Amino acid sequence: MSSNSLAVDKSGNLPSYLIDEGKRKGILAWLLSTDHKRIGIMYMIALLSFFAVGVTLGFLIRLELLTPQGTIVNPQAYNEFFTLHGVIMIFIVVVPAIPSIFGNFFLPIMLGAKDVAFPRLNLLSWYLYVVGSIMILLSIVLPGGAADTGWTFYIPYSVRTGTNMIFTLTAVFILGFSSILTGVNFLTTIHRLRAPGMGWFKMPLFAWSLYATGWIQVLATPIVGITLLLVIIERVFGVGLFDPTLGGDPILFQHMFWMYSHPAVYIIIVPAMGVISEIIPVFSRRTIFGYKFIAFSSIGIAVFGSLVWAHHMFAVGMSNNAEFVFSLLTFLVAIPSAIKVFNWTATLYKGSIELEPPMLYALAFIFLFSIGGLTGIIQGALNVDIYLTDTYFIVGHIHYVVFGGTGIGIFAALHYWLPKMFGRMYNKKVAKVAFWIIFVGFNILYFPFLILGWLGMPRRSYHYLPRFQVYHVIATVGSWILVLGLIIMFFNLLKSIRSGKVVTEKNIWGGESLEWQTQTPPITENFVDIPVVNEAPYEYKQNEEEFLEKEEVL
Amino acid sequence: MFADASSFVQSVNSTFIFIVSVCVFFLALITTMMIIFVFKYNRKKNKKAVNIHGSVPLEITWTVIPTILVIIMFYFGWEGYTLMVNAPANSMVIKVTAQMWSWKFEYPNGVKTDTLYVPINKPVKVLLHSQDVDHSFYVPAFKFKKDVIPNRNNTAWFLPEKLGKFDVFCAEYCGLRHSYMYSAVVVMKQKDFDTWLSAQEEKQKDNDTTSAVKL
Repeated sequence: MSSNSLAVDKSGNLPSYLIDEGKRKGILAWLLSTDHKRIGIMYMIALLSFFAVGVTLGFLIRLELLTPQGTIVNPQAYNEFFTLHGVIMIFIVVVPAIPSIFGNFFLPIMLGAKDVAFPRLNLLSWYLYVVGSIMILLSIVLPGGAADTGWTFYIPYSVRTGTNMIFTLTAVFILGFSSILTGVNFLTTIHRLRAPGMGWFKMPLFAWSLYATGWIQVLATPIVGITLLLVIIERVFGVGLFDPTLGGDPILFQHMFWMYSHPAVYIIIVPAMGVISEIIPVFSRRTIFGYKFIAFSSIGIAVFGSLVWAHHMFAVGMSNNAEFVFSLLTFLVAIPSAIKVFNWTATLYKGSIELEPPMLYALAFIFLFSIGGLTGIIQGALNVDIYLTDTYFIVGHIHYVVFGGTGIGIFAALHYWLPKMFGRMYNKKVAKVAFWIIFVGFNILYFPFLILGWLGMPRRSYHYLPRFQVYHVIATVGSWILVLGLIIMFFNLLKSIRSGKVVTEKNIWGGESLEWQTQTPPITENFVDIPVVNEAPYEYKQNEEEFLEKEEVL
Repeated sequence: MFADASSFVQSVNSTFIFIVSVCVFFLALITTMMIIFVFKYNRKKNKKAVNIHGSVPLEITWTVIPTILVIIMFYFGWEGYTLMVNAPANSMVIKVTAQMWSWKFEYPNGVKTDTLYVPINKPVKVLLHSQDVDHSFYVPAFKFKKDVIPNRNNTAWFLPEKLGKFDVFCAEYCGLRHSYMYSAVVVMKQKDFDTWLSAQEEKQKDNDTTSAVKL
């Protein structure tokens, strides 16, 4: 923060959003800022800190499972660990991550807008996020201890446990509101604030993915909000909605929980798909294959994804009709995801591919997400699911989708956009080394889960039979490799923000969406003049003949 | 490892193998294509890209073929599932009670045990009853499970086809000692089972009398 003046500097650039503090100074210029970029950075700091907490818990869980029982903690601590790991990673990390960090920072820029539609609501959603997240952390230290129900909070156990359930449920309720506000904000921004000339099919695919996500956030999140509120009422007043001892129905809770929490999987994955749809054409230097199919498949996922929740419940004893319909729809929801994967792969065809770190992560996303999706298909089959549900197979599946998909998507986005956000480049060699360590560690960690599941190992188990140990040992060793890779990656990125090579060129990677036409780092309100958009994204006109000739002459 | 311990094993295995084969094929296809393209069209060799906006015939191909495949998968899954639904009329009925954190089994003649003993090649129908929270009656060797939900009284059935002792787990997380909630199914010859059951009945009667005398 060398200068507060708005004057043009030596290189003719306006001061970036990092320098221009606006009305307030110092820390308040961040905490009270309604600039979407500053809010995006604040989300990033908070969210990645919680990611570190979640990784630490995961690391400890794996350490505990090195031996069949009693390696480092007692069963109660273990149960709290996996609950916290799930709650933090799902509700605090992967659900908000890409929309609130990269959506906040880049959606308005990509649309050619000065900010989101409701900047103050945006700041409010950050505060709600922080309050909810801190409440989860408080639940650990307050008397009673952290929730020990698993992140699914299944009733009746969640009514009976003596742990800090009300605190945890209220926290998730507040986090849900933060998510809804982000959704409302993005939907309005996309509808109302596109630059002149930017029709729906001239939007970048990242914007399309946030649009589909926004609808799920707005329509599905209230259901989990209400459900958790009802559980709180149940615990406090003993109403008897879900609790069987009071005449309630525990299955009703499961339906209501999954009615949100399955669409939430798509809140988690669709924005990451949007990131991948940006990165692949840029590093292939060509138009994306099947733009409309990719855009509509996001909507297809959002629609079908809202109708498959009960596939989490094939073993609870539903009617045969329900089993039939939910299994069939589950198989069909695989199709839009498959369409995306095929189109991304086809985009590589006849490209001019450069394996920069973001592209490596994007390709790893396709591979790992495919394993995640395909293991999901395996469990869509009713008879197989009856065998595999609630085993390590589902744990492996969710980690391939959520970490291999969204986690790797976040890393791809960080390597793609961080230089734009801070105007500094990371060490690419270190980034590539970290990538390979993460990729190898990831598979050594999670692939054994699929084998364990097929061998019948139940999930959420502190203790296990000795015959499963060899796979647990392999997985734990994998977790060490993965954590090593994560440390190198984050160290490299943090170092780049502090002391990386300064980048001032606007278009760092050769992208064609609007964020590459603003200054690096972007200025307050993004553009000196609001751009006018005439063409679809990812046109790469230089590939056409006459442009090539011109370039050769130059 | 668990070759056909129950009548469900074959259908679950064959559905699984079919789906996994299709999945491995597609994963290998996508991965190979990605690797080939990354090398063949690397910027070092291929300076200029070719713009291809898409291809409707290709989009139709890779929408229709996977759709057909998943509908076949669905059918296998559904067909296998229907085997699991209705217990045959001649099933032996055993009441299973789950509680934090143990299993109890009760036979038609009133015998109660902690381990489930069943005769081979005779269908067994289990009435699943929970005393407290959700549990799940899971016999990995039989390739099936069913949740045990309070107030819900689910039922399930299986046909043991192999002698031996098989693990029973609780598959639905149920609190502190969830992972210790083990039991076993012992599959015996009919003759051995009958002997065992009547011996148990005698023992239980004796116990009842002894306790009655004590009172």
